[in-house]
Amino acid sequence: MIPDFGYGLILISFGLAIYSIIASVLGYYKRSFKLVDSARLAMQLMFPLITIASVLLMYLLATDAYYVSFVYEVTSRSMPMYLKITALWGGQAGSLLFWAWTLTAFSAAVTLREWDRDRDLLPWVVVVNSVTAAFFIGLVVFFENPFAKFWQTIDGSVISAMFQPAGAVPFTAPDGQGLNPLLRHPGMIIHPPMLYLGFVSYVIPFSFALAALITGRTDDRWTRITRRWAIVAWLFLSIGLVLGGRWAYDVLGWGGYWGWDPVEIAALMPWLVGTAFLHSVMIQEQRGMFKEWNMILIILTYILVIFGTFLTRSGVLSSVHAFAQSAIGPAFFIFIGITIVISVSLLIYRWSDLKAESELTSLLSRESLFLLNNLLFISILIVCFWGVLFPLISELVTGQKVTVGPPFYERATGPLFAGLLFLMGIAPLSAWGKTTLKTLGRSSWKSAAISTVVVLGFVIFLKMYNPYAIIGFAVVIFSALITLHEFWRAASARSRVQKENLFVALWRIFGKNRRRYGGYLIHLSVIMMAIGIIGLEMFQTETQGTLRQGESITIRDYKVTYTDLAIFDTNDNRNLARAVVSIEKNGKYVGELYPRRDYFYESQQPMTIPGVRSTIEDDLYVLLVDWQPITTEGATFKIYHNPLVNWLWWGTYLLIIGSLVAMWPQKEKSSVREQRKVSKSTILDQSEA
Amino acid sequence: MQIDKKTSPDQVQERSKPKKGMPLAAQIVVWLAILAILGLVAVGLARTQQGNVQIGDQIPDFTLKFFDGYTYDGKSELKLSDLKGKVVVLNFWASWCIPCEDEAAELESSWRYYQDAGQVVFIGVDYVDTEPEARGYLTKFDITYPNGPDLATKISQLFRIKGVPETYFIDKDGKLAYTQIGPFSTEAQIHNIIDGLLAK
Amino acid sequence: MKNPLIKLAVLAFFFGAAMGITSTVSAQEPMPSDNEVNAIARDLFCPVCENTPLDVCATQACAQWRELIRLKLSEGWNEDQIKQYFVDQYGARVLSEPPKQGLFWLVYVIPPILIFIGVIIFIKALRNIRAIEKEEMALEQTANEPDEYMSKIEEELKGLKNANR
Repeated sequence: MIPDFGYGLILISFGLAIYSIIASVLGYYKRSFKLVDSARLAMQLMFPLITIASVLLMYLLATDAYYVSFVYEVTSRSMPMYLKITALWGGQAGSLLFWAWTLTAFSAAVTLREWDRDRDLLPWVVVVNSVTAAFFIGLVVFFENPFAKFWQTIDGSVISAMFQPAGAVPFTAPDGQGLNPLLRHPGMIIHPPMLYLGFVSYVIPFSFALAALITGRTDDRWTRITRRWAIVAWLFLSIGLVLGGRWAYDVLGWGGYWGWDPVEIAALMPWLVGTAFLHSVMIQEQRGMFKEWNMILIILTYILVIFGTFLTRSGVLSSVHAFAQSAIGPAFFIFIGITIVISVSLLIYRWSDLKAESELTSLLSRESLFLLNNLLFISILIVCFWGVLFPLISELVTGQKVTVGPPFYERATGPLFAGLLFLMGIAPLSAWGKTTLKTLGRSSWKSAAISTVVVLGFVIFLKMYNPYAIIGFAVVIFSALITLHEFWRAASARSRVQKENLFVALWRIFGKNRRRYGGYLIHLSVIMMAIGIIGLEMFQTETQGTLRQGESITIRDYKVTYTDLAIFDTNDNRNLARAVVSIEKNGKYVGELYPRRDYFYESQQPMTIPGVRSTIEDDLYVLLVDWQPITTEGATFKIYHNPLVNWLWWGTYLLIIGSLVAMWPQKEKSSVREQRKVSKSTILDQSEA
Repeated sequence: MQIDKKTSPDQVQERSKPKKGMPLAAQIVVWLAILAILGLVAVGLARTQQGNVQIGDQIPDFTLKFFDGYTYDGKSELKLSDLKGKVVVLNFWASWCIPCEDEAAELESSWRYYQDAGQVVFIGVDYVDTEPEARGYLTKFDITYPNGPDLATKISQLFRIKGVPETYFIDKDGKLAYTQIGPFSTEAQIHNIIDGLLAK
Repeated sequence: MKNPLIKLAVLAFFFGAAMGITSTVSAQEPMPSDNEVNAIARDLFCPVCENTPLDVCATQACAQWRELIRLKLSEGWNEDQIKQYFVDQYGARVLSEPPKQGLFWLVYVIPPILIFIGVIIFIKALRNIRAIEKEEMALEQTANEPDEYMSKIEEELKGLKNANR
């Protein structure tokens, strides 16, 4: 009953999406506002329907409904409740429904905005959103239905289908397969949703961009409208990526957070272009330039989102993340093909309307540096794209499989990221229109000098000889100093003029220009994350050894002693081997850690969970290695020392704060609000004609 | 907007060129690049949808170098093409593969049954394995039919295997006649298939 | 044996032989440590798993491969020899980067080429700027009417611009 009802709701939503597309297009050409508005409402209605369907699926998951094949695939009786519910996105069918849910949520939100000034854009925004919704809901309806039930046929085999096949009877499995042990982690609650939110929310700017191209309104109206959406999308995507890294760090036992796995890169690529887009639109707003760039960037971002989802789910790439192989690959491919062809055609059609209103006049002007910014991000994108596709090319041309792994990406993208970090420092110092080397030099030489001194200090006192680390820290400290100085300059000027306390002044400048100072906060957070990345990537050390109870192993300043072991079965069908190790740093006792090995009986899979001691300067990461037998006579430990890695996580918190500041709506002056009311009524009068 | 007082009227006219679209060369490059990428991905996608080698497909020729101590026809390697006219039973296995052990005895015993008649050849291909453990496996089950490592995974790629154990029955013309994914449950199963192929 | 001396000699012989054998055993290299194995396994990928480095892979097959590395190390093989052995046995995909031969050169060569093209585009844009800057310089020299009123307005505007920034 419940599965049928849920499926019915999804079916209706599909119908609504189709209706919405047709009504919008007809409404545009017939100039009928009523038709377009009905399309808008249809799009709005999809959200509550898909919400109810998703809630129903969650209910089935939570109540062990093993007559539904999806519930069987991703849950089992021994799983804790929170995992049963979040298993919604633990399998292909459920995660597609979740995609549809977030998509319809954003589409509904966009229908709620004030459309009076943008009546001409509305039909096409609705069309693009509804086409995307129709695609994903269609995938659920026709290919990957999470509500399909089990039926036992006459010859005894069990199949999965929505409607009763002839001669078959309903079948209920006694217990579920359960989720892959690697996914049974609190990270499951939040990493996929954040990532999906990030991916999906880029539909909104994309739909406005296409609407702008179709209607010819290629001025900066579309960028202004979608500015906040773009920051929201970027924030979710950033959080999703960092959470993925954090989860890998906590659970995989590889001692790292990023493996340059093709699926990781598939999620990174839209982030790269999305970040470039965030910056590039500023140029369009201030100078009317880079219109072509912004169109290209947002179209690329959206296409990379869909392409990345396709690569992850189709099995084209070999990856630890890959979903089970499925029939949706060809459908995705067609959708991507059509999206690319239509977007690029529209872009070419309107290319001449995207000409800039002013020109680049100075080498070091802000516009020029932003152009360099775009080029650097695109270069990193090219490296990633090429690295991801090359194994495919190699296999097709030579028949040989190859791996393009971390060394390739690190070597190629390292210098480019360093360039971006440097730009982050000097671009705020450059002026619109014209800047000379002298002015830039004058405002940055102090920061450059200080950062050189600090890095020299690292070389001499910390014996840091790694050249990449030297350059990395120099650039990072340089940019940090300049950004902090920007805060200082504005706050101290204001406190002098307004006779305010420095901290109050600081608070007020955030209020005056949320976008700029929020942006600078985000830059600071990126610098913190860069520090964490440099620390781990360049200075990580590891050691491994087999210890008898009471023996120790040393790494850097730490001594790790194997003190105890407990092996027992848990009530959720796992066998746990939990070791107790005591840690001494520089001879002083600092605590205990509990690395453990979980063995899942159901899936016969082991998982190693490290014991980690985190401080601001480093992580001591102790793993109980399970490839050898674990006893008190001999247990093998692998220990990583990860300097500075926590700057990465704390930087992310600052990133969230900075983004919230940047997107927070400015309080409108009352005079502006009055004017809006007046213009609204005049527009309504005119449109009634 | 810049206040540009310095441009004279003539220069303003010079600067504002007529609006033109994307140059044709750029358009061609863009479409070619898109076509190339989509084409590449399409072929990759088709491959993943392909699955194993299909019944009736002609198996391409390959060479298998044996482990030390194994010979066939006096040589320490064999080519598939040399076996035309005989029924070939090709088994992919590995020492780290637990289900493979379930069928090892049945395979060896079937080989001994058909060996003298000389119409059937059993070949073992060791997939992605380490030599010491592989030898241990072969000794443990006293396997005498020709066995060799799948160097650089060339042979398994020809068959597009998805795991081990998988056994492929090739008929006298070199075409794939039957695929067994997973271990055999009984020796009779193996005999049935071979007898069917010998009869043709 | 009748002669006790012969008995003693035989015993001594076997004892000496035993000593000889044990001393050769103890004179052998100690087994390579886990760290030495990991140092090589880090740069290799598991041949069967998807995109998993060999030093962290948890399957039994991977454990066997690590022991294989240990064995080869104890036989005196160096890192390159071991990597080459893995490539011969399991294909080029065990390396963390495509080997620098044949078609695979493309991996390393294409990104720099494309980025180079990007740099060319950037330089062209800059050339444009240089041309404009030169034009403006030339204009500055020809426009020699010191328009006080205009320059006053410009100063005020500049002041406003700086205040707003």
